[in-house]
Amino acid sequence: MLQIRLHGRGGQGAVTTAEMLSLSAFLEGHFAQAFPSFGSERTGAPVVAYARIDDKEVRTHEPIQEPDVVLVQDRTLLSVVDVFAGISPNGYAIINTAEAPEQVAPELCKKLPKGHVLTFPATEFAIQAMKMNKPGAPMLASLAAATGVLKLESVQKSFQTRYPGKVGDSNAEAAALSYNYLKEKMKEAE
Amino acid sequence: MLEKIKFYQTGSKTVGNRLLNPSMRSNQASVDRPNSLISGHRACQGCGEALGARYAIDAAMRATGGQVMISNATGCLEVFSTPYPESAWRLPWIHTLFGNAAAVGSGLAAAAQVRAKRNGDTVVPRVIAQGGDGGTTDIGMGCLSGMFDRNDDVLYICYDNEAYMNTGVQRSSATPPSARTATTMPVGEKPGADWGRGKDVPLIAMAHGIPYVATATIADLRDLEAKVAKAMTFHGARYINILVPCPLGWGLKSSALTVTAARLAMETGFFPVFEAEYGKITSVRKIQQKQPVENYLKIQKRYAHVVKKGADPNTLARLQALCDTNIKNFGLLGDDEPQLNPTAIVAYERSKSI
Amino acid sequence: MTEQIEGSLGVAKAVALCRPGVVCAYPISPQTHIVENLGKFVKSGKLKDCDYLNVESEFAAISVSLGSEAGGARTYTATASQGLLFMTEGVYSASGLGLPIVMTVASRAIGGPINIWNDHSDSLSQRDSGWLQLFCESNQDAVDTHIMAFKIAEQVGLPVMVCMDGFVLTHAFERMDLPTQEQVDSFLPPYEPREFLTPKEPISMGAMVGPEAFTEVRFLQQRKMAKALKIIEDVSKEYNELTGHHSGGLLDCYKCDDAEVKLVVMGSSVGTAKDEVDRLREQGVKAGIISLKSFRPFPYAAMRKAIGDCKKVVCVERAFSFGGRGIICPEVKRAMEGTDCQVWTAVAGLGGRAIVGKTIGGIIKAALEGKFKDEMTWFDIDSSVLNSYTKDGEGVTFPEGPLADSQLMDSVK
Repeated sequence: MLQIRLHGRGGQGAVTTAEMLSLSAFLEGHFAQAFPSFGSERTGAPVVAYARIDDKEVRTHEPIQEPDVVLVQDRTLLSVVDVFAGISPNGYAIINTAEAPEQVAPELCKKLPKGHVLTFPATEFAIQAMKMNKPGAPMLASLAAATGVLKLESVQKSFQTRYPGKVGDSNAEAAALSYNYLKEKMKEAE
Repeated sequence: MLEKIKFYQTGSKTVGNRLLNPSMRSNQASVDRPNSLISGHRACQGCGEALGARYAIDAAMRATGGQVMISNATGCLEVFSTPYPESAWRLPWIHTLFGNAAAVGSGLAAAAQVRAKRNGDTVVPRVIAQGGDGGTTDIGMGCLSGMFDRNDDVLYICYDNEAYMNTGVQRSSATPPSARTATTMPVGEKPGADWGRGKDVPLIAMAHGIPYVATATIADLRDLEAKVAKAMTFHGARYINILVPCPLGWGLKSSALTVTAARLAMETGFFPVFEAEYGKITSVRKIQQKQPVENYLKIQKRYAHVVKKGADPNTLARLQALCDTNIKNFGLLGDDEPQLNPTAIVAYERSKSI
Repeated sequence: MTEQIEGSLGVAKAVALCRPGVVCAYPISPQTHIVENLGKFVKSGKLKDCDYLNVESEFAAISVSLGSEAGGARTYTATASQGLLFMTEGVYSASGLGLPIVMTVASRAIGGPINIWNDHSDSLSQRDSGWLQLFCESNQDAVDTHIMAFKIAEQVGLPVMVCMDGFVLTHAFERMDLPTQEQVDSFLPPYEPREFLTPKEPISMGAMVGPEAFTEVRFLQQRKMAKALKIIEDVSKEYNELTGHHSGGLLDCYKCDDAEVKLVVMGSSVGTAKDEVDRLREQGVKAGIISLKSFRPFPYAAMRKAIGDCKKVVCVERAFSFGGRGIICPEVKRAMEGTDCQVWTAVAGLGGRAIVGKTIGGIIKAALEGKFKDEMTWFDIDSSVLNSYTKDGEGVTFPEGPLADSQLMDSVK
């Protein structure tokens, strides 16, 4: 089972990102589950959402305490919330920022295998394609690019299924831009 | 037509009127009468509520060709009409709780619509929700206002006897000032119910902008029947407040005085009788022969402390002023036109620092 | 059709498949998404011949439901927590009058202090209300149980509360397989109430019943509950044959055959518990889970059979009785009367504190190691919070949890 924890701020669509993550996995034939951390979230407040992907029925309903992947949709959370708490020693972390991983999360970079902490400016791609700070699709595209647990096409299809029309298409575009950017960047690194 | 006939009969104990032509007489014993609330129930002698309900529901039955279903709040009417395994109701009737008659009515109306639609019926049964003043103006106010808000196709009838009679005559928000109830005893410096308290639910109903609102009393059963019949010509939320004196709770000197008490409530201006459509008053029942409020009070023990020898004359004067204000506000006398925006009588009391 | 959707949407779709005539709603978290979706279905015409009433309070919601069910329409409503309590008066009316309303309780704690998160104190507060109470362990179970609930309610002639954990299930996106409209239509015929209000055949409902017949009315109501036990099983069997879904029933056993300790669990923690049992079995720990689906009627015989020869049973309880102890435990004890089976309560998961695998593991180990000293023990309790209150005021400190009932009792001596 792959366990993913998403951190964002109220209004950035972290819960939707988790939902789309589960839908992408579902579209690929996996079993998946997504759920928010429950509370009365207000715009701007730190928000946590969770997702699980497995090849058999996901039965558990506990919150994820030892995630395999942590997605940070808002860089400013790093100083506010212990976003990497419990992260698996072989896990991945992806942070929405233009800064280098070593700059924003030096401790984590030492802890996780090389290349498992990634940064990329998801918001920029979101604004480029959608004119909105909804970095969900770019974040999921980055997950697809970095780990291969999802295909880009599934991520795109999830948004297009849930939001048919312009919104879905622009999310799909943002996902593609992000995916290609990261693949390019990863190639450079090799 | 009705208003042109002088209806007043001094000392009359009848509910019909032999001065009218036969077609307009009360049909208490007519074989055509639906008798929706049949005899044999357990109401007290002289019960105003039983009389009001019998006339109101029969009028609705006539107006709808017998297509009436009732949601009844807890209270005297419910208790005296349906002691298991008997029921005095000859139409579909349900009682569940004290404060929810209007909402149960909404549910019934919704179900009637849906069933008719699914079965292809053209006739959709109509719904009346009913309760006493406690079940309407106090505990049932939320559900009543919600039903008005949604404009559900329900006629709500409040049988207003101005206190909780079923539980032993405690004050409700329909209890008039200075009246004695079990919780507003005529003791101390300010005996009886407090001044400056209470709700005017007919005006509150009008403020919801619902199609039809009316008040009536059991002293003018033709007027009551006409209003119920008229209410059934509208769809949407409707409200009728019927004054139904309670011989026991009011301490009427005789249980034969129920209708007289109701008539005096009208003729003094104590209880304005009017109807309104979509928030605007459309007609007012004029006072036939104006009476001083004392004539109304003195037949009721609940006001004994107001009219007895040595009582504070100011209380009586305030009650007279209350009637006079109603007469002015609603244009109850002569050819007066009513004010466009009648105000709840309690507002005058609250605005005065007496 | 298999879909990856939010639990609330799944339930709304399931309810719509049952073709209700009236849906009545008043918003309260975490039930909102269910009634929002149903409102959308009615407005868009997807759910036809259905009146959707958005009312002014839960008291009105249950009252409208009483009226519409009495008027002969299949009726659905949903609530949670304070809303259920605000309904209470009408909740009892519904069962007393035999009106087969189906209501979702998106289970949530009751305040004060106000708490919007999941536990079972709301639904269990209505234990004696005369409603059937069916608990769901997953969203698939919730979808299926709602569809079955209409059939069960209408066959038994009593209302049904479908209890699904608030947020944990209602707000979770999971894979759900919804039966087709044709399947549901074949399973659940159009609603034809045995008795309802119509001018064609006038009846009085809700007359005042005095001492001469009230006991008998209650006896007959209890008899319906007894009938419900078999109806729940029969309807579940029929539904499971139709859809292939393993849902509903009175209770469900997981790896119970050779279990040395069995946990009785209700709701969404069942899945978490199953995973933990699998982990522990890899270490040789023989534990099993009894998922209690029907809390009312309580399946005493089925519970006794499910426990069998097992000597150690722990009820994982997400609510308890103040001044008393657990709520499920006494029922299980009754089922096991006359045996030497020990039954305990583990209180956990109150007000949204998550029941995690470790919670379950801790409870199982405590039972196997003979650490249950009292009938009731508090798990996952933060003694530092307690001590911050009791140390200065009363000079009382608690050790790290779990805390047994006797530790609580001793602390006031």
